[in-house]
Amino acid sequence: MENPENVIEVRNLQIDFHTYAGEVKAIRDVSFDLRKGETLAIVGESGSGKSVTTRSLMGLLAPNAVIKGGSIMFHDEDIIKKSEKDMQHIRGKDIAMIFQDPMTSLDPTMRIGLQIAEPLMKHKGLKKKEAVAQALEMLKLVGITNPEGRINDYPYQFSGGMRQRIVIAIALVCYPEVLIADEPTTALDVTIQAQILDLMKDLQNRIDTSIIFITHDLGVVAGMADRVAVMYAGKIVEYGTVDEIFFNPQHPYTWGLLNSMPTLDTEGGSLSAIPGTPPDLLDPPVGDAFAARSDYAMKIDTEQEPPFFKVSDTHYAATWLLHPDAPKVTPPAEIVRRQKKFAAMEKPEPPIKHVTKE
Amino acid sequence: MRKYLLKRIFYLFLTLFIVATATFFLMKLMPGTPLQNEAKLTASEKASILAQYGLDKPVWLQYFIYIGGIFKGSLGLSFQFSDQAVSYLIGSRMGPSMQLGGQAMVVGVIFGIILGAVGAIRKDTWADRLATILSILGIAVPSFVLAILLQYYLGLKLGWFPVAGWEGFAYTILPTLALAASPLAETARFIRTDMVDVLSSDYIELAKAKGLSKFGIVYHHALRNSLIPMVTLIGPLAAALMTGSMVVENIFSVPGIGEQFVKSILVNDYPTIMGVTIFYSALLCLLLLLTDIVYGIIDPRIRLSGNGD
Repeated sequence: MENPENVIEVRNLQIDFHTYAGEVKAIRDVSFDLRKGETLAIVGESGSGKSVTTRSLMGLLAPNAVIKGGSIMFHDEDIIKKSEKDMQHIRGKDIAMIFQDPMTSLDPTMRIGLQIAEPLMKHKGLKKKEAVAQALEMLKLVGITNPEGRINDYPYQFSGGMRQRIVIAIALVCYPEVLIADEPTTALDVTIQAQILDLMKDLQNRIDTSIIFITHDLGVVAGMADRVAVMYAGKIVEYGTVDEIFFNPQHPYTWGLLNSMPTLDTEGGSLSAIPGTPPDLLDPPVGDAFAARSDYAMKIDTEQEPPFFKVSDTHYAATWLLHPDAPKVTPPAEIVRRQKKFAAMEKPEPPIKHVTKE
Repeated sequence: MRKYLLKRIFYLFLTLFIVATATFFLMKLMPGTPLQNEAKLTASEKASILAQYGLDKPVWLQYFIYIGGIFKGSLGLSFQFSDQAVSYLIGSRMGPSMQLGGQAMVVGVIFGIILGAVGAIRKDTWADRLATILSILGIAVPSFVLAILLQYYLGLKLGWFPVAGWEGFAYTILPTLALAASPLAETARFIRTDMVDVLSSDYIELAKAKGLSKFGIVYHHALRNSLIPMVTLIGPLAAALMTGSMVVENIFSVPGIGEQFVKSILVNDYPTIMGVTIFYSALLCLLLLLTDIVYGIIDPRIRLSGNGD
């Protein structure tokens, strides 16, 4: 590990998918750190590669995926080099995962107590009885009312929100160091969403786990994350603390994302959308992949890929607009408003002091 | 549920009535008479024998007489076995048929599940292709071909098993194998399709994320979920076994109902043909009813769990 405060260090990860049409370059040189105890949000639209990135941390990529390069360091070992058998000892024990749709992620024919107990039996070698007893504790922890009476129920006897609590109980039952939450609230009602997010924050403090939170919902990110990485077309284009991303975004894609998010004081009736569609990753564009959809694209954006420019110690963005020679541009009005707010804010202390490397 | 059941039972009897009617008239269209040595008989002898069995009456009258008999609970008397009751005939021959059918069902379903599961787990590999070829062969090769092949190679050439007869367990092995091929193939195809679906479902993904081994995932999660819809296969499998038994019992000289049935058709033993047909139809209808009841019990759980149906 380069930094002892990191739980996971991903470096230059490249993942391709073999398809009939050719090699889809789904992940193109992605690097990031996950710190102990933090919540890192990875945001981006569908197909930007956020789910693929996190699946590679679990060793759960689709059979047609090929890791072309890079490393994923966890406990000073590269996960990419591990065998399936070794990964089985990590999954569910050190790195656990919550899925998007609680209605389908539980086995319909198995009692929920046993489903929660399964990882304990596998990883801690507990007997069924002891494991189910611990599962009961976990059910209490995730806030299922009358857990004694419900531990032998089947999934269909629970509502969506309750099922997601059970899925969370399964993920956390071995007290994993890393929890990957892949859009855990997308399929839930807004009120239930808030409850699940609160529960996750609460449990994060209790069992001291780091969370990678994947979402396309920036509203969820604001309340949940410490740091945010924005992904576009298989790359991270900007990352920083949650305040930096929300109030001082630098990449035109981040501008677009924030601009298309409704706020209470959004004026007028319509929301702005990012024009165009994401690029075809069978043949990724040269330069900045967002250039074709960006109002701020320059000539160099179509010729050369932008490196990460440093905005602050914790904030980096890959856009040529930050180059000293680039012309000064005015971001959309909403972003300017946010940046003013950011300037007015007391310079917040970076939540975690660290050195980000390039 | 009660109302549903009553309705189903009514339909069951309606089905049996239609089957009996259709069979009766089709049977009467067959050439020949039940008289075995017709050529030697004089016209008056013929007429008196036919009159004795009521065969001189018009067909529609015979039909009403027969149906009337059924309502009185009688399947009539067999022509070929000196006036034995058809119900007794069926009862006395049920043992070997049931044993053979049961064994074939167990062998077929167990090996079918294994074959189908292997195909699904090793999808698109040589193992899957081999399993697919085997199940296509099982469905495509008629049981009489398989029966004769087994009889010739395993029975006659290698001498491992008795060629025909019914004198102990060893005699049941070849007919069981011949009869099991079709249910085995059907089960394998069904389980493979079903399990491929299950293996790509979210809860299998979650099971992987728990760190379970491949075997653990298949055994604890995939298999159970693939087996539940198999309840719907009970009917078709039973039908396959019944039709299969007619051929297989004949080839291996098993004293079962199927063998009796074919013989009866050859000698125009009308009451036995009718009796066995009604018996088989009733058995199949009951199994289908049972299937629906069992599935109705399991189904709400599956539907409510958001897995569709």
